[in-house]
Amino acid sequence: MLLLSGLSAAVRAELPLLPAPARAPPQAPFRFSPRRLRCPREHELLEDGDIHRHLYLQDILVSVTQVTEKPKVSEFSCHIAGCCQVFDTLEGYEHHYNTLHRNVCSFCKRSFPSGHLLDIHILEWHDSLFQIMAEKQSMYQCLVQGCVEKFKSSKDRKDHLVTVHLYPSDFRFDRPKKAKSTKHSKSPLLQNTSMPVDIKTSEQPQVDSMEISPVENMENASQPLSSLISLPPEKHLNRSRIPSTICFGQGATRGFKSMKKKI
Amino acid sequence: MPYIEAACATALRKARKQQQLISKRLLREDTQNGEGKAGMEIPTDPLSEQEVLQLLRDTQKGTEERKKSLSCLRQALQHKETQQKFVRLEGSMRVLIGLFTSSLADVQMEAARCLHELSHSSDPAVAEACLPATSYLLTYLSGHSIEFTELCLYTLGNLVVESEAVRKQLLPQGIISALASCIQSPHEAVLEGLGYVLSQLLQAKEASIEIIPLVLDSALPQHMLQLVCSNLELGMGVAVEFAWCLHYIVCSCVNNALLISQGIMSTLVLLLLELASMVSKAVADGLELLICPVLRCLSNLLAEEMEGCNMQVQDERLLVALFTFMQYFLNHHLFIVQECLWLLNNLTADEPFFCSAMLTLDLIPALLQLLPCSRMVALLVLTVLCNIAEKGCAYCQQLHQKAVLSSLISILTLSDAEVAGQCLELLHLLFLHWPEAAADFFTQAGLQALEQHQHHPELQERVRALMNLATQPAAASPCSLVSSAAVPSSLP
Repeated sequence: MLLLSGLSAAVRAELPLLPAPARAPPQAPFRFSPRRLRCPREHELLEDGDIHRHLYLQDILVSVTQVTEKPKVSEFSCHIAGCCQVFDTLEGYEHHYNTLHRNVCSFCKRSFPSGHLLDIHILEWHDSLFQIMAEKQSMYQCLVQGCVEKFKSSKDRKDHLVTVHLYPSDFRFDRPKKAKSTKHSKSPLLQNTSMPVDIKTSEQPQVDSMEISPVENMENASQPLSSLISLPPEKHLNRSRIPSTICFGQGATRGFKSMKKKI
Repeated sequence: MPYIEAACATALRKARKQQQLISKRLLREDTQNGEGKAGMEIPTDPLSEQEVLQLLRDTQKGTEERKKSLSCLRQALQHKETQQKFVRLEGSMRVLIGLFTSSLADVQMEAARCLHELSHSSDPAVAEACLPATSYLLTYLSGHSIEFTELCLYTLGNLVVESEAVRKQLLPQGIISALASCIQSPHEAVLEGLGYVLSQLLQAKEASIEIIPLVLDSALPQHMLQLVCSNLELGMGVAVEFAWCLHYIVCSCVNNALLISQGIMSTLVLLLLELASMVSKAVADGLELLICPVLRCLSNLLAEEMEGCNMQVQDERLLVALFTFMQYFLNHHLFIVQECLWLLNNLTADEPFFCSAMLTLDLIPALLQLLPCSRMVALLVLTVLCNIAEKGCAYCQQLHQKAVLSSLISILTLSDAEVAGQCLELLHLLFLHWPEAAADFFTQAGLQALEQHQHHPELQERVRALMNLATQPAAASPCSLVSSAAVPSSLP
């Protein structure tokens, strides 16, 4: 701030203000009058700057490796007991962890994409008080963050999600809880959404350890994937959720680094 | 900025005039090239419909196969034709979305990349085929994987800019709330992506009615004001995005009073001072991308003439900052000069503070040097000088002393009608408040410069009025009596 701080010291203390009498209207035929100019979005004056911005955005990020030093480390495996997925980058592990282990219900081992959905799940599925209260008042919250509506039943909630929030009617994270079924305890191969999906292929082998690719057990490969079983639940995870303050690695400084390009 | 070829520039200008400048961003991982070698993936030839269908089927097989197929699919989807074939295949999007919501992290990631390629398509039908995925894209914004969240954000950003139909779905799905939560992320990559989405949302033609009020109602503005000043030394990507967001909000004039109450003016002034010091230290790569929207915000906010705004900017260091920018960007980014001058106009139009400071800080010569740059720049420079001259004789006297006249005579000789007209206005003000200037003008052959324009319909009246002064004796202006009394007065 050399220039500016030097200026500050010397000048700020006593900047003289030249006297300016009251403004008079312009004398014909002259017409100038000082006027602040407002430029709305499409103003001509902004054209060149907008084009520059556009060109900046169109710059393709060429390579992730160019942007972060994403070191490949020697293979390591997930530290969650029972999960034997292996990784050779921190980012790969991070995403795996966040997808599968982060927001996991300690009761039924299902994992969720966010803490918010996990909280709702625990409340609606595993809180007996919830069931009692739900008989008397609207307890089913809308899943959309920012919407404060509550409903008497999960069906009502789903209708709301579809009609008001334009959600798909088969939204994966809002399937109604069916009556408690023995499938739950018998087969560990559950889809990790808020509810067990009907197992389309029968005779699933019991899986004790975490298999990386249980899909290999699937016989019928032409099934739509959404009905395929994803991963078996963890057995030994006791905590119901990971505090949101935990995150992995140095914050990756990805993003558009076209700044570095020469002008 | 690379020198744009003339044809390309014309096309861009035309697109902008028609408000069809659609800017999409593409994140593309370069997995094929060797050790750290940067280069664009050269896509192979587009696939046939059969090949696409086969790939799709392969993605539903066992894991290793599936990952490979997805990866092939992603590469294939770089081609517009393949994209089109893909979305036309029955059930294809359903399968893709199923993979996108998989709990297998790498499958999910690869599917997300496929979606991203589709979102980037220049074919609107392809981008709109991604609509069924939006509820999931929004849900995943509250996740914690940096790379995945970033990808979801840029995909959303591309979709947002595509059409009103897309936005009409995303808004009820809660995109604003989702962004307001996501903005609390500490990760730069996520924040930059978020800024991008928001900037696209805010540019929608229905933004001032449908979007900006919601954004202003949320916690987003306060976060934006913090993020616009953040991380400047390390990488300005985040600040750039949010600065443009603020510009779109401010120029829509939906509720600038709210932003002003949140301290936007002093935040942005301090930011400009900081940026000026970075320019001085030559840490300036790409700075113009941040400076530009900040200048615009301040100029438009000043134009609203709200209570107390003037006081919040009264810092003469701001002038120094502006001239630092103009000098630095003169040769490469003339638009910065233009926009600085616009702000300078708004600063000098009403309050004498900045007019006075311009003189005291001896910035007039630097201002005059800008006259030959371009027509628009010349107009703006002359307007600023008029603002100063209009303040009265003490100002005109000093302008005269700074040798304004010789520049004016040159420019008068060379210019088109509009620039010449502004010149005439300035001359009039100078002569009005400081008649000595008139005498001086005519001894410098100013008359000849005037004569050139005396028949122009737009100019002739004013030219004649000025020419008449050549024949009149210099009147003693009331100002000359107080000229010696142009002493510093105490600051208000």
